[in-house]
Amino acid sequence: MKQLIQATIAILLISGALLYTTKLLNVSGGKTGKDILTIYNWGEYIDPDLLKAFEKETGIHVIYETFDTNEAMLTKIEQGGTAYDIAVPSEYIIEKMREDDLLIPIDHSKIPNLKNLDPYFLNLPFDPHNKYSIPYFWGTVGVVFNPEFVDGTDFDSWQDLWNPDFKRQVFLVDSAREVVGMGLNSLDYSLNSKDDHQLAEAEAKLTTLAPNVKAIIGDEITQLMVNNEAHIALTWSGQAADMLSENEALDYAVPQEGSNLWFDNIVIPKTSKNVEGAHQFINFMLSAEAGAQNADYVGYSTPNDAALALMDPEVVNDERFYPDEEQRDTLEVYKNLGPTYIGIYNELFLRFKMAIR
Amino acid sequence: MKKLSLSAKIYLAIVFIVLYAPIFYLIMYSFNSGGTMNTFDSFTLEHYQAVFEDTRLLVILINTVVVALLSALVSTIIGVFGAIGIVSVKKARLRNTLLSLNNVLIVSPDVIIGASFLILFTMIGIKLGFASVLIAHIAFSVPIVVLMVLPKLLEMNTSLIDAAQDLGASKRDILTRVILPYIKPGIFAGFFLALTYSLDDFAVTFFVTGNGFSTLSVEIYSMARAGISLTVNAISGLVFLVTIIVVVGYYFVTSKTKRKVGDRA
Amino acid sequence: MQTKTSKGALFPYVIWIALFVIAPIALVGYYSLLDLQGNFSLENYKTFFSSIYLKMTLSSFWYAFLVTFFALLISYPTAYFLTKTKYKHLWLLLIIIPSWINLLLKTYAFIGIFGLFGPINAVIEMFGLPAQQILFTDISFVFVSVYIFIPFMILPIFNALDKLNPTLIDASRDLGASSLTTFRRVILPLTMDGVKSGIQVVFIPALSLFMITRLIAGNRVITLGTAIEQQFLVTQNWGMGSTIAVFLILFMVIIMLVTGQKNKGGRIR
Repeated sequence: MKQLIQATIAILLISGALLYTTKLLNVSGGKTGKDILTIYNWGEYIDPDLLKAFEKETGIHVIYETFDTNEAMLTKIEQGGTAYDIAVPSEYIIEKMREDDLLIPIDHSKIPNLKNLDPYFLNLPFDPHNKYSIPYFWGTVGVVFNPEFVDGTDFDSWQDLWNPDFKRQVFLVDSAREVVGMGLNSLDYSLNSKDDHQLAEAEAKLTTLAPNVKAIIGDEITQLMVNNEAHIALTWSGQAADMLSENEALDYAVPQEGSNLWFDNIVIPKTSKNVEGAHQFINFMLSAEAGAQNADYVGYSTPNDAALALMDPEVVNDERFYPDEEQRDTLEVYKNLGPTYIGIYNELFLRFKMAIR
Repeated sequence: MKKLSLSAKIYLAIVFIVLYAPIFYLIMYSFNSGGTMNTFDSFTLEHYQAVFEDTRLLVILINTVVVALLSALVSTIIGVFGAIGIVSVKKARLRNTLLSLNNVLIVSPDVIIGASFLILFTMIGIKLGFASVLIAHIAFSVPIVVLMVLPKLLEMNTSLIDAAQDLGASKRDILTRVILPYIKPGIFAGFFLALTYSLDDFAVTFFVTGNGFSTLSVEIYSMARAGISLTVNAISGLVFLVTIIVVVGYYFVTSKTKRKVGDRA
Repeated sequence: MQTKTSKGALFPYVIWIALFVIAPIALVGYYSLLDLQGNFSLENYKTFFSSIYLKMTLSSFWYAFLVTFFALLISYPTAYFLTKTKYKHLWLLLIIIPSWINLLLKTYAFIGIFGLFGPINAVIEMFGLPAQQILFTDISFVFVSVYIFIPFMILPIFNALDKLNPTLIDASRDLGASSLTTFRRVILPLTMDGVKSGIQVVFIPALSLFMITRLIAGNRVITLGTAIEQQFLVTQNWGMGSTIAVFLILFMVIIMLVTGQKNKGGRIR
C-alpha cells in the first residue's frame, strides 16, 4: 500500500514540476487574442524561420498546429473548438469547405503581393476569382523511376506501367483519386469521370496492373524509393522532388495522356478570430523573398512568379517540376465528385486493393 | 531459486535484441548528417543541438510526458475500482455486460473514438487543449487497466478476505491491507500499459486537441508527408536514455533501501 | 454492507462507461443507419454482407488469430523465464520500455531494417543467398504486429506465473510427474486467467489494426480497421465506417462471451 501511495505522490510531483517548466519555456502566456495567429498546416510544410520573421515584423505571436490528412483537418474545423486563423488544405477540400460555408472571403485589397502570383494558378474552377483561397504550393501526379533499372522506358505514357517486365516493381500511393485517375487517364478519359462505363473499364484495366504492383503505400514511399526498394512509383511531384533530392539516380515524368494538377491553398477558416492578422500573414508569405525561401525549404513548386526570379535557376527551369505551357494543358484539376461518386471511386479502389493480394 | 539454463538465457537475449533493434536503429540515425533515415552519411550531433534550440518541440515533449503520467495515474485509479466493482457483481450476465462495455474502446478504431470524443467535448463545452486530451487519454486507458487487474482479483482467495473480516477488519482495512497489496502487480501492469497507450496514441489526440496544445505523436504523424526530421529521432533517443536511467536507477535505489530495512528488522 | 462498498467503488467507473463508452456506441449506432445522402436506411448493413467486406472480416480474424497465437507462443516462455531471473521486475520493465517510443518511428525503423538493403538482408547475403523481399509480405506484417503486442501479452502472464507457489511444482515433481505433465496439469491451469487476459488484450485490438497494414504490408493485408479508417478519413462515409465498427463491437462481445470467466464472480463481496 505504501508503495502505491509513494508512486502516486511521485507522479504528481514530477508532473507538477514538468508543467512548471513548460510555463517557463512558453513565452506566449498572457497574450491577448488579437496578437495570436493560429496556423493549421501539414508538418514540415513551412520554413520555421519565416514564422519567426513574421512574428518579428508584425508582433503577432504564431501558434503552429499540424495535421496529417485533409479530411481529418476538415473534421476539426467543422467541429470548431480551436480558433484556426490560417489553414492550408488541398483544392478538392477547399471546394467542399466553400460549399459548406466554412471559409471567410479573402479581401484582395489587403494582399498587394497577390500580383506576384502566376495568373495561370489563379481563378480556377474550385475557387472562382480566388474569393476564398490563395495558392501556396502546386504540383502534378506522375511517375518516379530509376532509369538504371527500367531499360530505357521514359514513362511518356501511363501504358509503360503495364510493361510485363516490371513484375512487382511498382509502388502506388494509397489514394483512391490518384490511382483511379491514373486508370482513367491511361484510357484517355477524364480523371473526373462520372461515367459508369468508363469507370468499369478503368477498373478492368487497373486489375490487369495488379501483378506489377509491389505495394500500395503512403508517405513512407519517399524513404522506400530513395532506398531503391522498387524502381517505379506513382506519386505526387512534391514527394518526387524530395526523392530526387535524396537519390540523384531517380527521375520523374508526367505521362502525356494527362494527369492531375493539384494545389495546396491558404484559406481563412470560419473559426478565425484574427482575420486581420491572417491577411497580414498571407501577404507576408506571398512576398518574393518569403516565397523563394519557403519553396527552397519545402522543395515543392511555388506559384509565386516573383519568387522564381530569386531562386536557383536550375530548379526553376526544371520542366519536370515546372512544366511548360504545352504540358500544363494536359493537366486537370480534381473536381468535387459529390458523395455518391467519391464512394464509387473508393469502393473501386478497395476492390483493386483486394485484387493485388 | 533455480538458475536459468543457458538456452533460456539465449531465448531471453533474442527477445530483448528484437525488442530493442528498431530503437537502436532510430538512435543510430539520430547521428546522421544526411537529414533522413534513408542513408547514413556521416556522424553529427547537430540534431541533438536542434532539440535544445527548439523550445516548441521541448514543450510538446513535456506535454506528452505529463499527459501520459497523469492519464495513466487517473485511469489506473478508476480502473482498479472498476475491476473490484465488476468482480463483486454476482450476476454473471451483468458482469459480462460490464466487461463487454469495458472493451468497446479497445476494439473501436482510433478515428471513431477520436471523432466521437470530439463531438462529445464540443457538445459539453470543454475547451480543446490540455484538459480535453487528458480526459480522452484517461478514457481510453481505463479498459486496459481493468483487464490487467481482473485476473489478479479473480485468483485472490476468498478465505483471505473472510479471515480478515473474522479478525474484525473494517471494509477500509480489507481494501488497503488485503486487496490492494495482493493485486499490486496487476495495478502496476495496468499503469505501465496505460502509459504505453497514451504515448502511442495519435488519432484520438489529434481530434481532441486544439488551441496550440500538441503531443509528440501528432507532431510526428503530421511530418510524414514532407519527411520526418531527425530531430524527432534525437528527441526519442534522449527520452529513451532518460527512461532507462530513471527506471534502472529507481529500481536499484528502492531495492537497496528495502534490503537495509530488511537488515534492521 | 460489504456489497455497498464494492458497489461504491464502481461509481466512477460507471460514470466513465456512461460518458465515454455509451457515447461512441450511440454515435456509431446512429451513423451506421445513415446512407451517403444522410437518410435513414439499412443500406450500409446490406453493403457489409457483400462479398468484399465478408472477405475482409475473414482476413481480419485470420491475421488477428495468427498475431495472438505467435504473441502467446513467444510471450509465455519469456514470462516464465523472466520470473526466474534475479531482477525480475526490472527485466519486466525493460520489456515495456520499447513500447514507449513512438510507433510510427519504430515502424519506419522496421521498414529500414527489413528493406532490400537493410541489415537483415545484409546478413542473408553474407551467407551467399540472394536478398529476400521481406517487406510487404504476410510474414513481416505478423512479425511487426506481434512485436507491438508482446508487452501486452507478457505482463498478465508474468503476473500469473509470479505468484505461482513453487511448492506446488515441487509437489508435482515429487509425485513423479514429468515436466510436461507438471506444466499441463499444474502451471497452465493456474495461470489460465493471465493467459486469457493476454489473449483478450491482443486479439481484440488486433482485429482493428490499421496503420501497419499499409506501412509494413503495403495494403497486401486488409483488415476491418483499415476499411473503417478509409471510410472515415478518405471517403468521408461515416455511415459505412460506423457499420463496420458495429460489427467489430459485436465480434468483440462474442469473443468476451467465449473467453469470459464463468461462475467465478462473487469472490470479493
